[in-house]
Amino acid sequence: MKAVITVLGKDSVGILSKVSTACAEVGVNIIEVTQSVLQDMFAMIMLADIGGATVAFDQLQKNLEKVGEDNNLKIHVMHEDIFNSMHKI
Amino acid sequence: MLETKDILETINMIDNENLDVRTITMGISLIDCIDSDIDKACDKIYDKICRYAKDLVKTGEDITREYGIPIINKRISVTPISIIAGVCQTQKILKFAKALDRAADTLGVNFIGGYSALVEKGFAAGDYALIESIPEALSVTEKVCSSVNIGSTKAGLNMDAVRMMGKAVVDSAKLTADRNCIGAAKLVTFCNAVQDNPFMAGAFHGVGEADCVINVGVSGPGVVRAALEKANCKDITEVADLVKKTAFKITRMGQLVAKQASQRLSVPFGIVDLSLAPTPAVGDSVAHILEEMGLEICGCHGTTAALALLNDAVKKGGVMASSHVGGLSGAFIPVSEDHGMINAVKQGALDITKLEAMTAVCSVGLDMLVIPGDVTPETVSAIIADEAAIGMVNSKTTAVRVIPAIGRKAGDELNFGGLLGAGPVMPLRKGSAEKFINLGGRLPAPLQSLKN
Repeated sequence: MKAVITVLGKDSVGILSKVSTACAEVGVNIIEVTQSVLQDMFAMIMLADIGGATVAFDQLQKNLEKVGEDNNLKIHVMHEDIFNSMHKI
Repeated sequence: MLETKDILETINMIDNENLDVRTITMGISLIDCIDSDIDKACDKIYDKICRYAKDLVKTGEDITREYGIPIINKRISVTPISIIAGVCQTQKILKFAKALDRAADTLGVNFIGGYSALVEKGFAAGDYALIESIPEALSVTEKVCSSVNIGSTKAGLNMDAVRMMGKAVVDSAKLTADRNCIGAAKLVTFCNAVQDNPFMAGAFHGVGEADCVINVGVSGPGVVRAALEKANCKDITEVADLVKKTAFKITRMGQLVAKQASQRLSVPFGIVDLSLAPTPAVGDSVAHILEEMGLEICGCHGTTAALALLNDAVKKGGVMASSHVGGLSGAFIPVSEDHGMINAVKQGALDITKLEAMTAVCSVGLDMLVIPGDVTPETVSAIIADEAAIGMVNSKTTAVRVIPAIGRKAGDELNFGGLLGAGPVMPLRKGSAEKFINLGGRLPAPLQSLKN
């Protein structure tokens, strides 16, 4: 199963590293990353394979939410199917 | 490949524009629970509902977590109880309501609908007793919702039932006067009721339905309004196109949830109901969509036309997004549940006559209207008759859910809290229809040709 991880917030040093560390710790493989910084607003989207994750989906969400809270970012982890079904025919 | 802007759009819709799935409703047939011993029948009903829906709430929560889509309500609809009660000692019919309430409590669902009767052409065994028991049933239970179908395009209107329902509405409010007259908010009177509606209070599981199905009701007025605000459309065709595109996306989400829920619960998928259902939350209002189209305030001249466009475009956009569409599908206009409607009433721009006109083009009817507490049952019956006539002649579903605010008069307010919201008490028109209502009998079905 693939998940989409989105990170939104004010730009700061090391966001990418913190999020990817949190993923690596639980065996989540990041397949793709795109990011943009508009003025000082940071938006990063990761496509991750969570098939090999060592924790349950909701634990992964909690872990990343915690990273978000600590760094003043908004992090969502959602199943990729919601985006596929809403935006593709 | 997913595009960044699509991902951000979805997240923005959920985080800031109140996009949600309003309800997953499991429809359960109770036909096989019929028993001439009412206690046995109630036990069978309780057992069957608890067996079938034991994982409903958990499944809803799991889907919410994995997909990030809020699913606000998990509900159950059942076969109209009057059909089940037909063979029983109907003086004890309240036992059915209590059994349903107990099942809803055990399962943790928000509401259970189906304390209903279908009497558009006449009364069968169980129907009279059920309708007469409605006020007490709604007062002694918490989660049970009731609906009665009193007319249809093919059958005409059962005016005896219309008379009974006026009394049922007033009595339901009186019996729950200490709880903001909540009883009347759980009671809907329909014309052309649909059998697969997932929305309360009018949900019931029609007799033509399968043993058990999953129906999903989507929502999203906030998303439509925000899309219109951002787009700054140049003409009305662009507005319609934009509503269609937005409705498509909302419905696709509903379809995904419906498919997932149906798979995980091993229950066939019934329909997605494409309704724009407002909530009292700021920014989640159907009235604000109409205002975004260029009306100064909802209720001013032009409102009916704007609503007609909205209702139609929602259906056109949604139909392609789901494999099966049904229920009430369209734009709801429940006054107390819609921030913009409440404001329009308070400003004096929206009254019951304009709402009645709007119901000719919206998805259902007069919904969540708070009316003065001293209203007579005959006047409520007359409101029901007017509304049912609109549905009957136009071959559409119409409904009445009015709440007489006992002890309050026009200009006061009644606050239900939660999704039901708060409504200003709205004045009614002058004059009495008592004699007309007391005529009873059947109002003949309308001609289906010579349409002018």
